[in-house]
Amino acid sequence: MNPSNEHLVWMYEKMIEIREYEETMTKVYLEGKLPPHIQKGLAFDIGSGPVPGEMHLSAGQEPVAVGVCVHLRTKDTVVGTHRPHHFAIAKGVPLAAMTAEMFGKDTGLGHGKGGHMHLFDPAHRFSCSGIIGASLPPACGAALATKKRGEDNVAISFFGEGAANQGSFHESLNLASLWKLPVVFVCEDNKYAISVEKTDSTSVAWNADRASAYGMAGARVEQNDAVAVYEAAGAAIERARRGEGPTLLEVKTDRYLGHFQGDAEVYRPKGEVEELRKHDPIPRLGEQLRRRGLLNEASDKALRARISERVAAAYEYGRNSPYPKPEDALKHLFV
Amino acid sequence: MSTQAKRQLTMAAAIAEAIGQEIERDPNVFVMGEDIGKYGGIFGATGGLLAKYGKDRIMDTPISETAFIGCGIGAAADGLRPIVELMFVDFFGVCMDMIYNHMAKNTYMSGGNVRLPIVLMTAIGGGYNDAAQHSQCLYGIFAHVPGIKVVVPSNAYDAKGLMTQAIRDDNPVMFLFHKGIMGLPWMAYFEGSTTEVPQEAYTVPFGQARVVREGNDLTIVTLSQMVHKAEAAAQQLAQSGIQAEVIDLRTLVPLDRGTVLKSVRKTGRLLVADEDYLSFGLTGEIAAVIAENLDTVRLRAPVQRLAVPDVPIPYSRPLERFVIPQVESIAAAAKKIVAAQRPEGMPA
Repeated sequence: MNPSNEHLVWMYEKMIEIREYEETMTKVYLEGKLPPHIQKGLAFDIGSGPVPGEMHLSAGQEPVAVGVCVHLRTKDTVVGTHRPHHFAIAKGVPLAAMTAEMFGKDTGLGHGKGGHMHLFDPAHRFSCSGIIGASLPPACGAALATKKRGEDNVAISFFGEGAANQGSFHESLNLASLWKLPVVFVCEDNKYAISVEKTDSTSVAWNADRASAYGMAGARVEQNDAVAVYEAAGAAIERARRGEGPTLLEVKTDRYLGHFQGDAEVYRPKGEVEELRKHDPIPRLGEQLRRRGLLNEASDKALRARISERVAAAYEYGRNSPYPKPEDALKHLFV
Repeated sequence: MSTQAKRQLTMAAAIAEAIGQEIERDPNVFVMGEDIGKYGGIFGATGGLLAKYGKDRIMDTPISETAFIGCGIGAAADGLRPIVELMFVDFFGVCMDMIYNHMAKNTYMSGGNVRLPIVLMTAIGGGYNDAAQHSQCLYGIFAHVPGIKVVVPSNAYDAKGLMTQAIRDDNPVMFLFHKGIMGLPWMAYFEGSTTEVPQEAYTVPFGQARVVREGNDLTIVTLSQMVHKAEAAAQQLAQSGIQAEVIDLRTLVPLDRGTVLKSVRKTGRLLVADEDYLSFGLTGEIAAVIAENLDTVRLRAPVQRLAVPDVPIPYSRPLERFVIPQVESIAAAAKKIVAAQRPEGMPA
């Protein structure tokens, strides 16, 4: 499946937007978290600053999100992970409300209740969870719902390679295959489950190979490349829409940043990230666009300026929105 | 070894030291969990142990809690003494069956023929805006299920002694450490949790609460990080002429009802301050201890409970501060209790 020009441009633009969003967050997140603004003796304070709590960023993993979501419609469901921004952006979750949520503001997607790991946007059929392996069962549920209604929507479950050792992975694969659900399971293999390398945690080299144990199609994407993901995901999503059942995809991707911001990454070999960044997927896709005459220096510059403005506006909105009232904590337990 | 050597340890370092000493003492002791090796535990409870004791004793696991906690139960039944870390207590959802249907019940169902000397340690607590799936305490749930000893330390000295006791116990013990008192270099914490810790191994017995501070006007029963908030509140109260007695429960199972009763018999007023959910939990249990002993306890005011008001922990800072009891809310509740007038006609 060859991507159209329109799809190529969309993926390029979204990857830049995601990268810009995450790089901006690395700076905003550090505000107020370093000496001398924190408790004496601390190197960093996770609970301080305008965006407190854990922060898991996806820089480097953009191809997985855009290569899958480019095929989706608003009515298709995406369930993401604790590292959710790239999926949310690619699925069309509004940037401003998502950012306001991370600032804990009343204008956020969840009125400040959820924060960065718990983004819910039913209008765009997006959700995520801070629990590892929690994306697979609800994606099966969305797929079951569309099937029962006789629609041709699909559901995507994103999860990391570490999650493939959870019971929920194996149970969901069996269920989805048994019921021929229109779901695509997309495993992001970024090599590390926090500090534990895949080779120290997983009995097989490729989780995609586990698909055969459940009687479903499995596909490997060996390169952190948007077009490679596009092709594999396109085939899987089309199969799901035709009612031919689920697929398990696994993509080798790269985590440029720590597991969370503030992670000292003692487990990572020195120079590994620098090496990974040499094969960055964004300039590679830019090069393909240039070869097709879809991009030149001037249009690239203009595109990047538009994206920067969009991302900056979202952060401004988040920063300047009002906090909820303290007693609003008691609202929304039930509807 | 001399006990004269005074050193301060963070709670994380004290726990790691207790584990290391027991590993040296008993070849059956070993540790399993996610990121407990190279990383040293996300909250430092196994810091430095991999380098010292190697991969056979300090085992990083896949993200497979049902498998590795269940594996710990099986290994314990077979004579080993595993210490298993569940990274955040909030994650028990993926493995609770192994904990409450097996770890907690196999000894009983076997008529006492199966011993499970396993320690399941885990991180609890909020206060740093990590939202609803990474900020809970939940010890009330484990204390509710018969068959698990539940340990919740508030400082480094107790943590080392209680961990040593837990490892040597022939029964399943859950050891819950609050992130905000571990003394991590990346999270604000209550410095009172870093204490002098003797070098040599020692135990702190289960079921003995600690009177942190004596007072005659009211009793504040609490545990874990909240002990430090209660102490700070007690200092504020003292400036208003109110002397609060602060009790650190240290273990929920077994529960030291005697120390609570003794104190409330003296003060006649009880405030329970807890970071777990309000309803059907610790605060209600302590209130029941008093209610069941009203023949020997003369209350001068109704019992008050402070806890998370039956909502998940919200992310946003003003919301989280509102739901988790703080120094100010403890002090305010204490003042309210002391000021409460007995209704007309009620016997003194």
